[in-house]
Amino acid sequence: MINLDFYTIFWREMLEIRKKLWRFIASGLVMPALYLITFGWGLGRGMRVGGGTYLEFVLPGIIALSAMNNSFSGVAVSLNISKLYSKTIEELLVSPISPYSIALGKVFAGCVRGLFSSMLLLLLGLILNVQIHITAMFFAILILTTFIFASFGVIAAMVTKSHEDMTNFNSFFILPMSFLSGTFFSPSGLPEPFSSLIMVYPLTHASLSLRAISQGQPVSAVSLLILCLYALAFFYLAVRAIKNLEI
Amino acid sequence: MIQLNELTKRFADIVAVDRVSLEVKASEVFGLLGPNGAGKTTTIRVLTTLCKPTSGTAFVGGHNVLSEPIAVKNLIGIAPQAINLESDLTVRENLEFHGRLHRMTRADRDKRIKELIEFIGLVEKQNSPVEHLSGGMKRRLLIARALMHRPKVLFLDEPTVGLDPQVRRKTWEMIRELKTKGITIFLTTHYIEEAENLCDRVGIMRKGRIIALGSPMALKKNIGETIIECREDNGYGYKFFKTRDEAIRYAEGIDCDVIIRESNLEDVFIKLTGERISD
Repeated sequence: MINLDFYTIFWREMLEIRKKLWRFIASGLVMPALYLITFGWGLGRGMRVGGGTYLEFVLPGIIALSAMNNSFSGVAVSLNISKLYSKTIEELLVSPISPYSIALGKVFAGCVRGLFSSMLLLLLGLILNVQIHITAMFFAILILTTFIFASFGVIAAMVTKSHEDMTNFNSFFILPMSFLSGTFFSPSGLPEPFSSLIMVYPLTHASLSLRAISQGQPVSAVSLLILCLYALAFFYLAVRAIKNLEI
Repeated sequence: MIQLNELTKRFADIVAVDRVSLEVKASEVFGLLGPNGAGKTTTIRVLTTLCKPTSGTAFVGGHNVLSEPIAVKNLIGIAPQAINLESDLTVRENLEFHGRLHRMTRADRDKRIKELIEFIGLVEKQNSPVEHLSGGMKRRLLIARALMHRPKVLFLDEPTVGLDPQVRRKTWEMIRELKTKGITIFLTTHYIEEAENLCDRVGIMRKGRIIALGSPMALKKNIGETIIECREDNGYGYKFFKTRDEAIRYAEGIDCDVIIRESNLEDVFIKLTGERISD
């Protein structure tokens, strides 16, 4: 029998989104829109990259960035608050549903948050007549990206012991990834060992893959494999972190 | 229904629960009474699978909390000390979410929500967000949520902490009504009156250890049913007597202001530790 316990967690998260829909839409749009305005129209106006406009170059990266930020923070912040302050996580931990189902429900909810803001950004790009090629693979990569970072959000919320720890998590992992993962520039232009080092980041592979698709090129099998491995590893660690949580 | 054998829980160098052994029978109301930091909440946390014992064993309904957590979780309901309701959800939605977590069918959930909302007297507030409820209403909702899936054992951690006396008495009535339904209740409290009014048996806890165990009546009888409080230079002195007559005879022979009264569980704690529970 298929275990659908995760749906209960997902249902609760969707209920919250429904209740705070406008806040959810606005918060999902602000940061990527700022990036788009700053780097796309501001700094990148008149710049051409690989035969296209800078906006065409940067949009797939900003979509990946938005997917990462919203799926990560959507899960990490609320779960961290529920662990440290509201204590609502105890209600989940004393219920008979498994850590696997709790993690899956939370991660799927994070995926929805990440995908929603990415879709809004994509829509914004299309309205602005940014020429990008979109295929089913584009959406598959986006889903994979949100899954990775929502799982990372679960891990962060479970291992951090204070709000300050969570801020550090952002400063040391999320922020560097935002700027160094080829969102705003091509990583191939960096000197060694930096160009190799940033290939460790999952966001680099998400950005590169989305950009390749948007330019009508095939996705690198290596990038796809790395993203899949990150998704599996992070989800496994997320389940473990919930299982080992003692309150 | 509940069995603890030499249960110990350590947090680094601190021994929160120290070799506690006790047994709670089915349909019994058992209370852990003690000051803050005595280890009462940690004991409940171990019994409800929220934290693992360092050593010793704990069983609920015959299931080991460490090796059979899911079986234990199916049997228990918990109203924690912290009000951990989903504050942005309504009263109904909180109960609905709990029912879903316990895999109740939709029809059963609807029926049970109706029953419980009536039981806690929140019919008119059922569609209000929890954040709009008073403290007493939230406490009652916590208990209703814990009862949603019809648990056999109910854990109540300081169920009336922070409530005014009137709401506290209403909550006691609710707990007494649950007792008549055959639910085993394990509660913690630092209110003497609460332990005496609600519990069939009480375990008095201090610094992680159970220092006395028995019915409130038996515990009081052990120390003496009558107390003389004698005003002294540095506070009150206490003398314990088996009968009121003995106490009166003693009071006649001393030269200080005295109060003669029946003993309570606080006196048991004072006799055993030399401290007050509220110290």
